[in-house]
Amino acid sequence: MNSAKKFDVLRTILSVLIALAISFVIIFLVSEQPFEAIKNLLIGPLTSKRNMGNVVESMIPLIFTGTGVCIMFSANQINLGGEGAFHMGGLVASIIAIWVTGKFVSPVLALICAGLVGALFTAIPAIMKITTSASEMVSSLMINYVALYFGNYMLNNVIGDPAASAASYKLSEASELPVLVDGTRVHLGIIIALAVAVLGYVFLYRTKMGYQLRITGENEEFARYSGINIVKVILVSQLLGGFVIGLGGGVEMLSPIYSRFTWTSLLGYGWDAIIICTLAKKNPLYTPFAALFLAYLRTGASIMARRTDVTLEIVQITQGIIILLVVAEQFLSKYKHKMIAREAKAALKDEEVA
Amino acid sequence: MDRQIVLQMNHIMKIYGNGVVANEDVSLELRKGEIHALLGENGAGKSTLMKVLFGIEAPDQGEIVLNGKATVIKSPQDAISKGIGMVHQHFMLVPSLTVAENIILGVAPKKGLFIDMDKAIEAAANIAKEYNFEVDVRQRVEEIPVGIKQKVEILKALYRGAQILILDEPTAVLTPQETDELFVQLMKLREKGHTIIFISHKLDEIKKICDRATIMRNGRSMGTYEVADISTQEMSKLMVGREISLQFDKKPQHLTSKTLLKVRNLTVYNTQGVLKVDNLSFDIKGGEILGIAGVEGNGQTELIDTLTGLNKKYKGQIQIKGKEIAGSSIADIRGMKVAHIPEDRMTTGCASTLSIQENLFSYQFRDPAYSGKVLLKQKEIEKRSDSLIKEFLVKCKSRKQNVGMLSGGNIQKVIVAREFSTAPDIIIANQPTRGIDVGAAAFIRQRLLDFRDAGCAVILVSADLTEVFSLSDRLAVMYKGKFAGFFTDVGSVTEEELGQHMLGIKQDERLEGVLYE
Repeated sequence: MNSAKKFDVLRTILSVLIALAISFVIIFLVSEQPFEAIKNLLIGPLTSKRNMGNVVESMIPLIFTGTGVCIMFSANQINLGGEGAFHMGGLVASIIAIWVTGKFVSPVLALICAGLVGALFTAIPAIMKITTSASEMVSSLMINYVALYFGNYMLNNVIGDPAASAASYKLSEASELPVLVDGTRVHLGIIIALAVAVLGYVFLYRTKMGYQLRITGENEEFARYSGINIVKVILVSQLLGGFVIGLGGGVEMLSPIYSRFTWTSLLGYGWDAIIICTLAKKNPLYTPFAALFLAYLRTGASIMARRTDVTLEIVQITQGIIILLVVAEQFLSKYKHKMIAREAKAALKDEEVA
Repeated sequence: MDRQIVLQMNHIMKIYGNGVVANEDVSLELRKGEIHALLGENGAGKSTLMKVLFGIEAPDQGEIVLNGKATVIKSPQDAISKGIGMVHQHFMLVPSLTVAENIILGVAPKKGLFIDMDKAIEAAANIAKEYNFEVDVRQRVEEIPVGIKQKVEILKALYRGAQILILDEPTAVLTPQETDELFVQLMKLREKGHTIIFISHKLDEIKKICDRATIMRNGRSMGTYEVADISTQEMSKLMVGREISLQFDKKPQHLTSKTLLKVRNLTVYNTQGVLKVDNLSFDIKGGEILGIAGVEGNGQTELIDTLTGLNKKYKGQIQIKGKEIAGSSIADIRGMKVAHIPEDRMTTGCASTLSIQENLFSYQFRDPAYSGKVLLKQKEIEKRSDSLIKEFLVKCKSRKQNVGMLSGGNIQKVIVAREFSTAPDIIIANQPTRGIDVGAAAFIRQRLLDFRDAGCAVILVSADLTEVFSLSDRLAVMYKGKFAGFFTDVGSVTEEELGQHMLGIKQDERLEGVLYE
């Protein structure tokens, strides 16, 4: 590992520690029982099988959306449509799961369609960029609301169960993804998610298309000069990223957590994906670790909120600080320069000896 | 005659963020009223040392002593206020403003809230007169030639009270005639007691006007010498560490019968609608190098971009091996075995954040030897990368190192390795050796000659006259989008003659030998 990489890892860890430290300070300020709160936050998730299950279960959507965003961002397309793609994936999966009741057919069809609709969804900003040079960041940000209100419309007018409030008809039993560990809600989705993360890595780092995608992402002018079809690359990256995210929405909807479509607001997994992508340095292989960290932190926070007087929002502050510090290139830059200078000087001495 | 010492830079060390040690231990001492040459190859650390002096970079070690007092120079503003001025290689002027406005920019005489224009023009004219610079201060900068722009830059520094003037390769953009004129001005400045740091790697120029020279190699100073006491041979030896041979292994020419590239009536406008290539026609056969000389910005870039497919908007015909390229993609043109060494290696030639290996295969990965239908053949690519790194003498830790971590010369070698490894029939090389060290440059030049001998057609665009002279079989001079001169007997052309064509003073109507058919 060279010093620059070593430094990146170090900085990420340090960012996490600083963020936690700040959170602790806040906990001390607001809580009557700060030690109890911190203990629950840090080791709460380990205290029972159910809690551990909660961690794994909340990792699943994060791995999907994180991998999808890694693929989209690797092409240097700041497409923020993941939020909407996830929502649409869940919506479409539930529509199919309501009316298709065949064993095996129901979940498979639902998941494929969820992926496809996610792909189409994130492709819209990409196509707008290619044809009209509309900034994908702005258009993808706004298009998320289309997904949300389309979902609300469907819920109110098409799939809504008149017998329930703000919920769809029940999803067919055949569509539910099986639970893997008794006593928890850890379901088949975790296997699919891990497979997607590995496949995402293989795609980006081992295939011709992934290679072209990363070249385009790092330097578009160089890609063009090398004869790479940039339009195609951008389109493929956004379709594929959206597919993975849409699939994630479908998996979440078919998990044992839901029995009806009840999403009347955006769930935020699209935003979380950006945190995951940042921590994983755009490499899908690292998304499970980033997802584990975030899921652990959130599970701990909810345990803390249940058992003590500290609210859930404290973790949002922690997250925000981590991201700020990780993306701040200049954070610790003096230290980085010293480290590099020291290494360079050592190399000079080696040369003299040799 | 020992004169007063105005500036000392002692044991300067500067390490950049990518770990490159640009200055290891450099000391420099300047006397009042001297022209002091800073001599060294590209990459020796001259520019870095000057950036430290001008407050652009902070040194990691060492001190600066100005007029006997140790000082820290925090920023260019700080440097200017301490009487240090710098003229960069690329001019820092606002083209749409007049000469006077550029000179007073930032230190303008004011009348209430507004700039006092009359006073500004007067002040600018006064300073030009004081130093005998013939400049019309009312002209817009975009309308004046390069030589005058440089004078404006110097005036700008003088107006801000510069006693020490840094000139970074001032003659690189000038024609031989403009260079002579500049030298007269510099000698006058010396008489007035200014100290000038003259950065160059052209030995004859240093012999001509400099008093002393500090020679740099590999980030170290190799000593300071009285120019009168040292021969150019000794200087070059100190600079490179060995005798440089400008002699190439240039074999007699064997033209192949096939015209590989045929251009007829090519006209190109740039995106602003300015005519850049004007009705240009030429042919090139296998086994020859066609050199294109000229002051930068006379349409060379647009010509090359059009030939390689980067620019698709043009009028006229371009045929590669008899096939019209209109409607062909860049990949199609590369598929016709055209290699392209681009002018700007960082923005076009590489992705600095990707590894050497990833940069070596940005075109070639399509080859069935390196990829299947979907997957890359990782092992073959790694093996080939290692052999290319060895063959092209790329100095690096491993093939996984990011290209951005390498020195300029080594980045250029990676680019050249990639382009030459495609077994090209046509090589289009745009400034292939600009800004790289002599060793790497000689290596690349020899490779170009080898390809010519093997029957390749080579187009060589270069601002380096020595390079085009020594490599070209036929030589064109480009001026305002046209060939202002064309020579089939390169050996008989003098630099002066070339200079006149470059300036457009002399323009040949009949270009003998430019077409084969």
